[in-house]
Amino acid sequence: MNSGLIFSQLMFFLLLTAGIGLFAYRIRQLIAMIKLGRPIGHVSDKKQRWANVFRIALGQSKMVKRPVSGLLHVVVYLGFVIINIEVIEIIIDGLFGTHRVFSSIGPVYGVLIGIFEVFALLVLVAVIVFWLRRNVVKIKRFWHPEMQGWPKQDADLILYFEMVLMSLFLVMNATDVVFQQAANGNWVSAHLYPFFASQSPGVLHGIERTAWWLHIGGILVFLNYLYFSKHLHILLAFPNVYFGSVRPKGQLPNLASVTKEVRLMMDPSADPYAAPAEGAEPEKFGASDVTDLTQVQLLNAFTCTECGRCTSECPAHQTGKLLSPRKIMMDTRDRLVALGAQKQSKGPSIPDQKQLLDGYISREELWACTTCNACVEACPVSIDPMSIILSMRQYLVMEQSAAPNELNNTMSNIENNGAPWPFNQQDRGNWINES
Amino acid sequence: MAELTHIPTWAECQAQGRLPEVLFWVGCAGSFDDRAKKITKAFAKLLQSSQVSFAVLGAEESCTGDPAKRAGNEFLFQMQALMNIEVLNGYGVGKIVTTCPHCFNTLKNEYPDLGGRYEVMHHTQFLKDLMTSGRLKVEGGHFRGKKITYHDPCYLGRANGEYEAPRVLLSALEMELTEMKRCKSKGLCCGAGGAQMFKEPEKGHKDINIERTEEALSTGSAMIATGCPFCNTMMTDGVKNDPQERSTPVMDIAELIAQAADL
Ligand code: SF4
Ligand code: SF4
Repeated sequence: MNSGLIFSQLMFFLLLTAGIGLFAYRIRQLIAMIKLGRPIGHVSDKKQRWANVFRIALGQSKMVKRPVSGLLHVVVYLGFVIINIEVIEIIIDGLFGTHRVFSSIGPVYGVLIGIFEVFALLVLVAVIVFWLRRNVVKIKRFWHPEMQGWPKQDADLILYFEMVLMSLFLVMNATDVVFQQAANGNWVSAHLYPFFASQSPGVLHGIERTAWWLHIGGILVFLNYLYFSKHLHILLAFPNVYFGSVRPKGQLPNLASVTKEVRLMMDPSADPYAAPAEGAEPEKFGASDVTDLTQVQLLNAFTCTECGRCTSECPAHQTGKLLSPRKIMMDTRDRLVALGAQKQSKGPSIPDQKQLLDGYISREELWACTTCNACVEACPVSIDPMSIILSMRQYLVMEQSAAPNELNNTMSNIENNGAPWPFNQQDRGNWINES
Repeated sequence: MAELTHIPTWAECQAQGRLPEVLFWVGCAGSFDDRAKKITKAFAKLLQSSQVSFAVLGAEESCTGDPAKRAGNEFLFQMQALMNIEVLNGYGVGKIVTTCPHCFNTLKNEYPDLGGRYEVMHHTQFLKDLMTSGRLKVEGGHFRGKKITYHDPCYLGRANGEYEAPRVLLSALEMELTEMKRCKSKGLCCGAGGAQMFKEPEKGHKDINIERTEEALSTGSAMIATGCPFCNTMMTDGVKNDPQERSTPVMDIAELIAQAADL
């Protein structure tokens, strides 16, 4: 066995281990950050949840509600899943020093590779169209204030990554002389081969090897890039859809901690002096920071693809209010990442001046929501931006008594007269006798 | 026009040893708001003309707590809910119908967890059932062939998935329904939900109800139909704001059916 081959196998092994190891470490960090949220307790309706995963995540049922971007996305998604089967072969080849280890299975191999090549081409086209939509057509939802800076760069980078990876895959196949001569599955690369054919076999081999290494290296880099990117949705969409709400959209969960107190207040037989157990911290109502949100709300934040479908459907946004449900999700994520980094740094902990409320999300945004559920309906990956808005309103009202004045009046009317307006409850049936 | 005959409260019925078929939950708007009271009465007339035995709670009804909950005041919401549940359970109420999608949503989805389990229907669902079972005749009358558009209330549509019942009734009225581009699950909010009804909107370039009313008027319809007293107020205000279309009526589906039948 030649030593060059052993060396390259070793290099491959190290590269793979480092790539996957780092990725595993990132995932653990991610889980640790999500666990900063409140636990969600028992998860019921398992059957319905799995059905949602199949329909919404695997089946992309909500993506295609917008046909153009939806279909392009289906192409990229299918391409991604299918072409990654090829990675299995690359890994085996890399580790064992083989070349196209599966090619021995004959015509079936050809069909598979042929399909991969066609998808690679389709993905390349789709990704270019995506890039054009963002950068030339300048579709409005990609140019909102919250998309400036990193989110915009991130979106473009992902597209460049995919363009390069797909091109490398095709070039790798086109310069593989043995593969081209066997003509088993080179459906697309056969048309690229003539561009390279004039090169010497040595050069061709060099290009092929380079493309091969860059392809697998690129995949590993991309894998580790996910952590810093909205592209994380390719993994998190599945658990996120699973944990998404299975209730009617209008149903807001009732806070159990409040029920306990209200029942105590309303029960005439309860001991009015019954104090909470010694040392027990009174529970905080609502959310002023990410640690007050549930783990599902935090998972939502990491899953957000920044597509802006929610914001483009939001009535507050459409009429020029500051509120953008996408920004709510991005702010939640950014705050969580900042807090996670703080907790990770072992140094003397700097007291945290900023929190989600006011530090990232303003009250003006929160009070502009009509709770219309348009954002929830629009989200292709079952994210619920409205629930975060409501959790934060709960904090403002129940912990800070900081509702807008008119709402304070409304609430005291409800409390005193049983209606949001200052009418007497005794007059509630008066309409019956009015003509 | 037929007059309403006496509408009993549940307490009256109980005193007479009668158990009504259904409770009509009137809601705050339906009880106090002048425009909404017309919807309340129209629906009551339809119930009476269909021989439905129903009652109201009268002074024993109180706000469901929906605006409080959506404003973030879970305390006030649960207090209202528990008080209402005490009354409802005390009377052994089994079935509730309401003309307000907000009451509908809260009673149906948020009360069960607190001990209030009822069969809750929105009045368009109830009317559709009455029509299907032949108890209520829905005919176009002088509305026949008129162009109308329908605004989906968020708390009936997206929140609870009911897009069909109101449309079935409109087609029974033989009206020509022209949908807005943003309809059904993509319907645009009127701007009232989430306690927005009770406060000034935040700064923006337009009010939501104006945006929505403009869309409704752009269908060229002679009337705007909806199924929520708050949407009704918002759209009525929106129409008044439009210098050309000031007279386009905004009607509840119950009113259309009652008027078509000359009730
Ligand atoms: S629920 Fe609130 S944030 Fe979501 S679309 Fe409606 S108004 Fe916008
Ligand atoms: S919340 Fe959903 S719809 Fe909104 S930007 Fe994120 S992924 Fe898109």
